[in-house]
Amino acid sequence: MAKITLDNLAHSYKPNPATEDDYALKELNHDWVDGEAYALLGSSGCGKSTLLNIISGLLTPSQGRILFDGKDVTRAPTAERNIAQVFQFPVVYDTMTVHDNLAFPLRNRGRDEAYVAERVNEIAKMIGMEHMLKRKARGLGADEKQKISLGRGMVRKDVNALLFDEPLTVIDPHMKWELRTQLKRLHHEFGHTMIYVTHDQTEALTFADKVVVMYDGRVVQIGTPEELFERPEHTFVGYFIGSPGMNVIPARVEGATAHVGGAEIALGQGYGALSGKVEIGIRPEFARLSQSEGLPVKVRRVEDVGRHKIIRADMFGQEINIIAGEDDRISPDMNRVSFDASQVNVYADDWRVQGAAA
Amino acid sequence: MNKTVNQKAWFLVLPVLILVAFSAVIPLMTVVNYSVQDTFGNNQFFWAGLEWFEEMLHDDRMWNALKRQLLFSGIILAIEIPLGIFVALNMPKSGFWSSFCLVLMSLPLLIPWNVVGTIWQIFGRVDIGLLGYVLDKLGIDYNYTQDTLDAWITIIVMDVWHWTSLVALLAFAGLKSIPDAYYQAAKIDQASRWKVFRYIELPKMMGVLMIAILLRFMDSFMIYTEPFVVTGGGPGNATTLLSIDLVKMALGQFDLGPAAAFSLMYFLVILLISWVFYTVMVNLDKKGM
Repeated sequence: MAKITLDNLAHSYKPNPATEDDYALKELNHDWVDGEAYALLGSSGCGKSTLLNIISGLLTPSQGRILFDGKDVTRAPTAERNIAQVFQFPVVYDTMTVHDNLAFPLRNRGRDEAYVAERVNEIAKMIGMEHMLKRKARGLGADEKQKISLGRGMVRKDVNALLFDEPLTVIDPHMKWELRTQLKRLHHEFGHTMIYVTHDQTEALTFADKVVVMYDGRVVQIGTPEELFERPEHTFVGYFIGSPGMNVIPARVEGATAHVGGAEIALGQGYGALSGKVEIGIRPEFARLSQSEGLPVKVRRVEDVGRHKIIRADMFGQEINIIAGEDDRISPDMNRVSFDASQVNVYADDWRVQGAAA
Repeated sequence: MNKTVNQKAWFLVLPVLILVAFSAVIPLMTVVNYSVQDTFGNNQFFWAGLEWFEEMLHDDRMWNALKRQLLFSGIILAIEIPLGIFVALNMPKSGFWSSFCLVLMSLPLLIPWNVVGTIWQIFGRVDIGLLGYVLDKLGIDYNYTQDTLDAWITIIVMDVWHWTSLVALLAFAGLKSIPDAYYQAAKIDQASRWKVFRYIELPKMMGVLMIAILLRFMDSFMIYTEPFVVTGGGPGNATTLLSIDLVKMALGQFDLGPAAAFSLMYFLVILLISWVFYTVMVNLDKKGM
């Protein structure tokens, strides 16, 4: 277990990166605190796997350093870093039994057989495969194979960090839940530093203490699930997290008021002069549809998703989403929307602006 | 569901049936015909029954050719399969040099068998051949036309030169199909180079290797042209492999009956050994080696 420090780290797959666009991973400084569970969240191609592979040593960054507990390991090979990694698709040694698969990392490090057997049994119990230990890995289903991969990642107690690269993609939905819960329990029990790459927000938010949201090769926000929900630092975070995502509406902001299409929206805080592209962001959860209060909207359709209703509406030609309670009655004459002033965020050029108390 | 009966469909199969009949069935039956009869020319045939088969089975000549044949196939498999794997493992995985190697390796496969034989026949000659001349000057007594061992070494090296590429190309295809994640996982698990080969590369190559072994076995078991051109089966009968012996018997001595019986048994032996190979390997594969 170790603190992992990224110092000025950046990576480009091109040999001579010139502009910032050439970098798959843009300059980054960050400390991964020892013993925390992180999720790296972002859409495909945002650089999250690149970052993971740099940490595990499968990739050498084109710039910057990476330190484990203050020791520079930037050029150290994977084996020396003492990390474990689980990949997106199951990697098992087909010709070995389940037992030998789980024992492989320990045997390669010369641990004695008694210890190996003990650890393998422990892990097998954890992944629910103790009755299959004697079977060949070949011929097992994809989710069983992936459980073996997970088990092989966890079998060593002394790893510096456990890295997961979208490990649950091939697993059945009900198994996903179970495995994620087990990973969490494991984290509480042993306190490994864990980094979990995913593009699934539910996975990220339920697994991690801290979520690192990446967008276009850049880390846009690091925060607890709550922070990401209430104060998205970047419009991408607002849009990517939440279902549906945050409403982002172009606006003109003056003091504690936002002007949208001639109407006014009250803001919880006051803002100075803003330059660039100014937008306000409101989560659908903090918008309310009514007959009398707020701005005029035209309701397009109402979707009932079970727990609540999602109202898709037009406001000054801009599509916005509103969430209403499952039991709320939506009537045709409800054509006004109001917002919770304290939950309206202001963005200039996609980045959140911190206001001053009005 | 009702099936529509349409007898016209037979006409669609007919061309294939005719083709197969003329290319395989009729010629094979002709051989069967010769194998159970005796002929003295003038198209006079006498029924011989299984006489030729019995005679061939008690004939040392065929057994000796079969022994030589098995020895030859065994040796070339034992060399070409490991060597092919070794070459494939050491080939560049991608980029210009990978393509370059692939083309270079394909070259021997594109040379007609007759030409391969001629190349080695000349190459090994002591008077004008580069190999023979150099060996002779180095003081090594090498003469494939007179020494049995030299003749064997020559045809084996020739076959290895000609066909190792095939094994290497197949093994390379198998290696290319292994996702990077396997190698990365092996690094993380601290697997040694040998273990990467034993537990990742070899299992993933098994499928294509099986094909390679079968192909090389069948081809080598039927080899004719190259040794015929180089040694003509000599010195003596030292390199008279099965097909060379068969041709000598059928066309050299014009013993059509015994030669036909010989051919059929030859064919059955190949079929049998290939089947055994295949069954054993499929079972191994199921058990996961």
